[in-house]
Amino acid sequence: MSSRTLPLLFINLGGEMLYILDQRLRAQNIPADKAKKVGWIEEDRRRVMNDIITTMFNKKFLEELFKPQELYSKKALRTVFDRLAHASIMRLNQASMDKLYDLMTMAFKYQVLLCPRPKDILLVSFNHMDAIKDFVKDTPSILSQVDETYQQLIEMYSSLCSGEFQLIRQTLLIFFQDMHIRVSIFLKDKVQNSNGRFVLPTSGPVPHGTQVPGLIRMFSCAGEETNRLQFTNGGNYTAAVREGSFEIFGDRVTKLGTNMYSVSRPVETHMSGTSKNSVNAAPNPLAKEELNLLAKLMGGLEVQKPGNTDSGFRVNLFSTDEEEEEALISRPDELAYGVINIQATKDQQANAELTKIMGEFTESGDQSPSSSKGDDLLAMMDGL
Amino acid sequence: MYHKEKSIQTKNSASALYNNLGVLRIAPRRLTYFAVVHANVVNMVSASWDGLDYSHRQLQSKEPNVATSTSLVTQAAFCVLPSRDLLVVTSQKGIQIYESDGSIMVYWHALETPDTPTDKAVFARGISAVWESYICVGVSSGSILVFDVPSKGSNITLSEVLEEHTESITDMASECSGSQECIADLVSADDGGNLCVWKSGEEFQLLNKIHGFDMSCSSVKLWKGTVVAGYGTGQIRLYEAVTGILHAEVNAHARWIYSLDIAPFSGLLLSAAEDSLVRVWHLNLTPESNSVEVAHLHNECVTDTQICGAKFCDSDGYAFAVTGYDLSEIIRYTQS
Repeated sequence: MSSRTLPLLFINLGGEMLYILDQRLRAQNIPADKAKKVGWIEEDRRRVMNDIITTMFNKKFLEELFKPQELYSKKALRTVFDRLAHASIMRLNQASMDKLYDLMTMAFKYQVLLCPRPKDILLVSFNHMDAIKDFVKDTPSILSQVDETYQQLIEMYSSLCSGEFQLIRQTLLIFFQDMHIRVSIFLKDKVQNSNGRFVLPTSGPVPHGTQVPGLIRMFSCAGEETNRLQFTNGGNYTAAVREGSFEIFGDRVTKLGTNMYSVSRPVETHMSGTSKNSVNAAPNPLAKEELNLLAKLMGGLEVQKPGNTDSGFRVNLFSTDEEEEEALISRPDELAYGVINIQATKDQQANAELTKIMGEFTESGDQSPSSSKGDDLLAMMDGL
Repeated sequence: MYHKEKSIQTKNSASALYNNLGVLRIAPRRLTYFAVVHANVVNMVSASWDGLDYSHRQLQSKEPNVATSTSLVTQAAFCVLPSRDLLVVTSQKGIQIYESDGSIMVYWHALETPDTPTDKAVFARGISAVWESYICVGVSSGSILVFDVPSKGSNITLSEVLEEHTESITDMASECSGSQECIADLVSADDGGNLCVWKSGEEFQLLNKIHGFDMSCSSVKLWKGTVVAGYGTGQIRLYEAVTGILHAEVNAHARWIYSLDIAPFSGLLLSAAEDSLVRVWHLNLTPESNSVEVAHLHNECVTDTQICGAKFCDSDGYAFAVTGYDLSEIIRYTQS
């Protein structure tokens, strides 16, 4: 609904992805050659993070992202993140990529739900941005890209009214509807129940701008208070805390959107398989419109040639290779992401799939214009 | 005061949208219809009063053509007119009007949507039946579309467009007391918290404009000339519609209010918010002193749920129903 949702969705999911990858890269025992020193591994990790962040904040890419547009389907967005995760020498198997995406989305869903005010989603975004900035603090070229993005966020969102932020939040909640994947770290911290639903406390500070519930005031026609009544609010609320900063620098106050992972807290997910039929299940092929938008967006994502697999290294989001294989086989159908496989190399099969999708949307009265549009789109895909 | 009854299961979960529950009581057939929005679909349930029969129906939002992305529904509400009952569904693309059982679509009005998306989203939201033959629907631009509805058939026409609000319409309500003496027929609310009070007719007349305080008013009701408004701050305010005099202010909820409802015969008020709480209040109007008393009666907590819809199931407030984000059920409560 809101045409300003995509940048926030992308930046926050991207931020969560970086937290998780950073943790896995630190934790993973990369089988190093005896000849290679420990320092090389550290350098690799930083290189992976820098490569991904550079791609995320690519100027052309962000330009497309910040244009007013509807939210992509889950499938389309997953495709973008697949590409992003492979913007470095790091390689992820399907099962690990699925798990990564599950964690990213459940984390951001949690943050959106728990935000006291819709406007606080911006503070969550700034928390992610602050952390990203910290990841690349030693690389000035990427740092300047990140700084520019702060400006874009402030420009786009600072002037929005409360209702417009709520519309963004509602749009995000529709995107996350019916996702109840259980995440170990959330279960352990008791912020998620065993049925996959998040705990919404009826205690704690009220949002900034809200009063603690409990007071009824009645007035005369002249405006004088005539009576006051108290009622039990059924919760345990306290007064609001100070407001976080919406500037480039500042204390965001909220902890939502900060890095909750650390090397000693491994992340596992359990598939609950209870997602009901929702919007994205029915109309399956990407609408022509969406495919166009996706192509434009992907045009900005420069991809590393995957040819030389020796120089890349694989990251596993599970504890063992066997677990990863098992996860792929046993993933419930209804939780499959159905990613569109758009490959960087000229691939006959991928082209055929795309042609077929484009063909399904050729409008009957529309002769040559649509077919040439289709060709242009395919040509652009080929170039990726 | 109230106890929980057996819930009604729905095909999909409810989306986080304001006023996301429509209820229509059909006494002659001993049935109640419920309507809940899930993304681009409206889930309708027809429940028999003996609790034995439930039938389900799904309505899709109308797409102008296959190639465009799905149109999300913003609200579904029953409109009760003297001659007929209708179901109105508002979405990003326009307004659909159905027979109250959802069986036939009798009217479609397309919103003017730009070719490429603009900064400000386009959608319809805020639905109310007004007086004898009008259905009013709000638009994200702030406009209010007034439709003239014949006593039967599909010859619904756009009678007027009211341009008073400059921010997106959030909710609208008509005078529900049934009293012929009230001057004001309709109140409309917007994202800035501004309230407009109208008198219906061939040309609607603006009676009063109550300015907001920079906080969205997400739900509004009009009863015996009193506007009851719920805000994003969790506050409820009661105003005298025609004069704008503030009668009462309630620090009602700890989060954004999503739904208000009034049981016109008893003066019970229902409020529901993102804070998981549904509260029942009593409004007492004293015309002699032109004052309103608000008393708090009851709380219900729907654990770990952000409530998005709450409505009384009858004019006395004997029973009410609740929907919540990600919940695939309509929870019901009845007076003990």
